[in-house]
Amino acid sequence: MMEEVLGRCVAAWFPGATGVTGAAKLSGGASQETWTFDIVHPSGHVGAILRRAPQGYGAAPGRAAGLDAEAALMQLAHDAGLPSPRVMHVLEPQDGLGAGFVMTRIEGETIARKILRDEQYAKARPMLARQLGRIAAGIHGLELAKLPKLRQVNSTQELADLEREYRSFGWPRPVFELALRWLRDRDPGPFAEVTLVHGDFRHGNLIISPDGVRAVLDWELAHLGDPMEDLGWICVNSWRFGEIDKPVGGFGSREELFAGYESAGRRVDSERVMFWEVMGSLRWGVMCCGMMQRFRSGPDHSMERAMIGRRASETEIDLLRLLAPRA
Amino acid sequence: MQDEPTPEELIKAVADFLRDEIVPEIKGHNAFKLRVGINALDLVTRQLTLAQASDAAETARLSRLLGMQGSLLELNRALSERIASGESDLQTPGLSAHLWQTTLAKLAVDQPNYGSYKRELKAKGG
Repeated sequence: MMEEVLGRCVAAWFPGATGVTGAAKLSGGASQETWTFDIVHPSGHVGAILRRAPQGYGAAPGRAAGLDAEAALMQLAHDAGLPSPRVMHVLEPQDGLGAGFVMTRIEGETIARKILRDEQYAKARPMLARQLGRIAAGIHGLELAKLPKLRQVNSTQELADLEREYRSFGWPRPVFELALRWLRDRDPGPFAEVTLVHGDFRHGNLIISPDGVRAVLDWELAHLGDPMEDLGWICVNSWRFGEIDKPVGGFGSREELFAGYESAGRRVDSERVMFWEVMGSLRWGVMCCGMMQRFRSGPDHSMERAMIGRRASETEIDLLRLLAPRA
Repeated sequence: MQDEPTPEELIKAVADFLRDEIVPEIKGHNAFKLRVGINALDLVTRQLTLAQASDAAETARLSRLLGMQGSLLELNRALSERIASGESDLQTPGLSAHLWQTTLAKLAVDQPNYGSYKRELKAKGG
């Protein structure tokens, strides 16, 4: 049925397309639906991805940029020469597919454990941190005037949001309290320059090939703010998948990330990056607690959500390693 | 008194059956969900085995640290309030050690394979 609806949609804007085949819902990405399919064309199949809001299931309320903004940002990144899919079509009401967009499918790997362990990525791994530094700089350099409407947040507001969410759970966590205190005492306030921030720049949202970074995905949490946030988030230990001595995604050093960033003509404030790394660890911890809440209140009464709730303690040990290292 | 086998033994027997006999038979997304389910059963077994002793030790430490009695939840609330207000911080004698011991005991149940936990255990063991 999905192939029939998609086929009609594609025929309206892809000249010569005769239908679609191999439509399949991809797992991962709990708050939005992602489908892969091939556009059937006389000159050969074209790989495509549909990203759309599932009926009655919104993303993180208030934080999501919205699918129209995601499409606009992805297209801007593509046009600026950053590794990104090309947006082929923004869904319209007559498509009958809800809100969302269709983009080109880029081949590569997004699963961290494969990227960090498989032999075929061995040559790419040492280059990734530097490449991602350059890419982050490119994102932060996108012209503000061209961006879609996005929420703007600074560290003070972000910290207040995080604290409010944590307190709403009503479950005491002394380590989170310590982190909140540490962050309040060191809040750097607004950065000198407000830029586009990707907001979820980490494993899972990066397509990696044996030659390096192929694409940056998922602009769902994009906003305007402190560019150092993206550099701190990608250093959070939760995205190192066991390779804890390589702060950048388990494959590289902060120095490589920063060198790549500065080679693209932007400046790194490493103290701010550390602030955002601590904030990021706490944020992932609070998100894990939120999964537990959603597991309890439904509608998604799944084991996966329940078990993610039990991962909040991982961020507690990471926060202690950052804030109270043992001698 | 309930009879044997214990809940720990029952859950472990189920988890071992799923792991050894069923996992090889299942493909696709359900294989992933099955692994998550087995992880959950293993976690419950660890909690049933470890939590009684670690909760008792945590309660004793908190009572000493705070100079008060109460349930684990009440004591953790009180400590959280003190840290939030600035009354207690990392300079407070015993606080850092308490947070470390409590967190290590949580990881021993939640995720004993987590990289940071394994590293800290090794450091502690010398």
